[in-house]
Amino acid sequence: MDDILLQVLNGLDKGGAYALIALGLTIIFGTLGVVNFAHGALFMLGAFCAVTVKAVLGFEKVALDPTRLTAWGTPVEIRTTYVEAWFGDFGTLLLNFSVPVSIVIAIPIMLLIGIAMERGLIRYFYKRSHAEQILVTFGLAIVLQEIVKSQFGANPIPQPAPEAARGMIDFGAMIGMQAGGVVYPAWRLIYFLFSLLVIAAVFSFLQFTTFGMVVRAGMADRETVGLLGIDIDRRFTIVFGMAAVVAGLAGVMYTPILSPDYHMGMDFLVLSFVVVVVGGMGSLPGAVVAGFLLGIVQSFASMNEVKNIIPGIDQIIIYLIAVVVLLIRPRGLMGRKGVMEH
Amino acid sequence: MYKASSRKSDLLLLAGFTVAVLLAPFILGPVGAGYPDLLQKFAIFGIFALGFNILFGLTGYLSFGHAAFLGVGSYAAVWTFKLFSMNPILAVIIATVVGGVFAVAIGFISLRRSGIYFSILTLALAQMSYNLAYSVLTPITNGETGLQLAQSDPRILDVAFGRDYGAVLPSSDFFGIHMTGYPGYYFCAALFVLCFFLSMRIFRSPFGMMLRAVKSNQNRMRYTGLNVRPYTLAAFVISGMYAGLAGGLLAVTDPLAGAERMQWTASGEVVLMTILGGAGTLLGPVIGAGVIKYFENIFSAFNEGVLEQIFSFLPEFLQHAMVSISSMFVGEGWHLTLGALFMVIVIFLPGGLMEGFSRIWQRLRRMTKRDDDKPVEPSSVPAE
Amino acid sequence: MSILTVENVNKRFGGLQALSNVNLQVEEGTVHAIIGPNGAGKSTLLNCFVGRLEPDTGSVVFNDVSLLGLKPHQINQVGVSRVFQTPEIFDDMSLLENVTIPALAKRDGSFKLNAWNAVRDENGIRDAAMECLADVELDGKSDELARALSRGDKRRLELAMCLVQEPKLLLLDEPTAGMSRADTNNTIELMKRIAENGMTMVVIEHDMHVVFSLAEKISVLAQGTVIAEDLPDKIKGDPRVQEAYLGGAHL
Repeated sequence: MDDILLQVLNGLDKGGAYALIALGLTIIFGTLGVVNFAHGALFMLGAFCAVTVKAVLGFEKVALDPTRLTAWGTPVEIRTTYVEAWFGDFGTLLLNFSVPVSIVIAIPIMLLIGIAMERGLIRYFYKRSHAEQILVTFGLAIVLQEIVKSQFGANPIPQPAPEAARGMIDFGAMIGMQAGGVVYPAWRLIYFLFSLLVIAAVFSFLQFTTFGMVVRAGMADRETVGLLGIDIDRRFTIVFGMAAVVAGLAGVMYTPILSPDYHMGMDFLVLSFVVVVVGGMGSLPGAVVAGFLLGIVQSFASMNEVKNIIPGIDQIIIYLIAVVVLLIRPRGLMGRKGVMEH
Repeated sequence: MYKASSRKSDLLLLAGFTVAVLLAPFILGPVGAGYPDLLQKFAIFGIFALGFNILFGLTGYLSFGHAAFLGVGSYAAVWTFKLFSMNPILAVIIATVVGGVFAVAIGFISLRRSGIYFSILTLALAQMSYNLAYSVLTPITNGETGLQLAQSDPRILDVAFGRDYGAVLPSSDFFGIHMTGYPGYYFCAALFVLCFFLSMRIFRSPFGMMLRAVKSNQNRMRYTGLNVRPYTLAAFVISGMYAGLAGGLLAVTDPLAGAERMQWTASGEVVLMTILGGAGTLLGPVIGAGVIKYFENIFSAFNEGVLEQIFSFLPEFLQHAMVSISSMFVGEGWHLTLGALFMVIVIFLPGGLMEGFSRIWQRLRRMTKRDDDKPVEPSSVPAE
Repeated sequence: MSILTVENVNKRFGGLQALSNVNLQVEEGTVHAIIGPNGAGKSTLLNCFVGRLEPDTGSVVFNDVSLLGLKPHQINQVGVSRVFQTPEIFDDMSLLENVTIPALAKRDGSFKLNAWNAVRDENGIRDAAMECLADVELDGKSDELARALSRGDKRRLELAMCLVQEPKLLLLDEPTAGMSRADTNNTIELMKRIAENGMTMVVIEHDMHVVFSLAEKISVLAQGTVIAEDLPDKIKGDPRVQEAYLGGAHL
């Protein structure tokens, strides 16, 4: 029982990331009719927002303390970061919370990147074939990840979670089970809650604002909405920016779990596409449900007990599910008829 | 537009192609590409792209997983070397067959859907194969290290025919000729010409016409009494066999196989080769493969020292700026150039270089026509 | 002799009874029109003939072969060709190729891996294709791309693509929809000529002008049932038909 609960928990953080990326993909599919192979790159860029923020906060000034000498007889170097020098304790706090702080920075940056992408490239591809959309966004994904590689290097850059969230949470005890049974890293739980928060925000935005209503109408029937004289263009830009922000935030918060490197985007993109396909192309709830579902399934498949029975199952389970779903229920779990079917 | 080609023009094209491939060491010498390692790559990736074009160029089905067949072909060839014989003939035959069988399996599943579903399915299945090659299948693929030859390999057929390689690690040899350097190139070249010939036959055949019909209008095809699925599956398998052969040749010229050959970047590369040259044209993919492998070779070799020399005519601060900008695109950054090229081609020249050539050709003809003061005819340029 | 027999066909979409107990007999060598107001179930019925839809109950028999459960390409192979409301042709292929494909499909069946011979050497096929293009007066444009044709010419091309297969039954779904008057008249003339050569045709049509200049027999469909089936002259005066079309007002 404890084991099962633990595996479910294990799947939730990854599932959260899948769900957030898949959500953005689905919104872009649905409204803009574009297949965005660069969406994983947006996730990766978000992660590197966190890397940059930490690096900037971490700039140090070096002072020499002539009263103390090292073993070599040179004065001891005292390194303090600028933020700590300027803001004192608050600076230390900032450093400690660099990942959550990055969110504040990442939102406007990802919004700008998203808008620039849509205005600069994607909008010219609304009328072109899906194959060409795939190809051009695929090229863009390579360009983005190679730029990141040239700036940040090829190695993963670890990002610590805030100290308070680095420990483990006795989740079992919290829900009234035996203490010590289900112990779980705090940050992963935080990530799960964070992803729920973002998903809720996106859904309520779509549900309760006029803008969201138009977007939903656009997903149901793009052409008609265009005919109603609604300025679709500007909304498309904002929708794309929004999807970029969602993917970016997913990336920022994921950094303590997985040290970001330049190709993390593509890895997640392939899986997120699978999530979208399984959930049903064009279905927002489908994307979310399938995201968590596949995350959990994957974590079960990586249990040693399972791997001993079917070796390698953890590597392929998601793809297997996708294949089976596509063969049995071609429209996915919650897909509608006629979405992207030509 | 699409003029039926004549037997004569096809023969000319084939003869020209053969001569160009045979004389490639001399023709490409002046541009610094006349050495065998690179020529082998031209031929091998030319085959890969020719095969991909039969699927994507004719039917419009965009596969993002073709590198899987390349990788499988390589593994099959290396295993043939290990188990049976160092003779490349057997290795390429087995690589082709295994590539084809693998394509039947993947095609059977992924061709149930079309459009982006198909692209995603092929991508997912290839990624799955790649993951497997790295993990569970390590006994077959030797994981990260890659599959290599060993002195202790059984090589049943070689042993049976009394062939002994002594204490050195054997290399593939074609009845005594080592498949490195120029002999290796000409082995690949012969198969390259054969593949081009087969591809031409397919393009001109009723089968090829049906494949173009798949791209044009599947609905009309069905109501015309044609069963679409076997046509797409046949195209998929043929292109998988081409890819398997190409993978086999990679192993023939350098007998080792690694999983990185199956990665999505490699699949993306063959897509780029095909669209760069011109998808759906006979010669385009070959040109695309050549251009990309050529520039990969040149660009990867650049480093900051070379760049500083190139920009040495500029004032110092400009030189530094140019060097630091352009160094992003060369050496390790070659993939950045590749990605950028990808975008430029899709945005500005979706028909690829062949379309570019034919546009220039048309303009030239119009200009010369005007000079002669003749009425301008609607000129039609063959797509190949 | 009836070539197509439809018996007791029912089709339901959710709560909507699209077809209820439809019976139909198409005589060989005649032009049989199916008319009816919008939403009467004409297209649904046609789709049941060609394998796009499967009726819930009932039978569709063509020349002693049941069409139910057959795929579109199988139905074509037994001799039923179809013309669509919007012409379905191979847009980015030449006219000659557009007609060559159905000719090959007729000769080689639904799949043949004929990858060795060149299409240009298929003299018999090419002659047949050119002949059909000449029949619809498009032989002068055989090297042009199909996408460049006018709406009327696209319809002619589509008809040529059907004719080259020498079908036993030709289904036409609103063949003059969206056409100019001139194109409509040309198309009617062409269809008349095809009919005179003894082709059996089922025409679904909106335009009464087209129907009455072509049809030898008319079935009137309203709310999913055949309310009348008779010769054109009789149908004109049938009060039930007027009722269905105009809700009681007179034609």
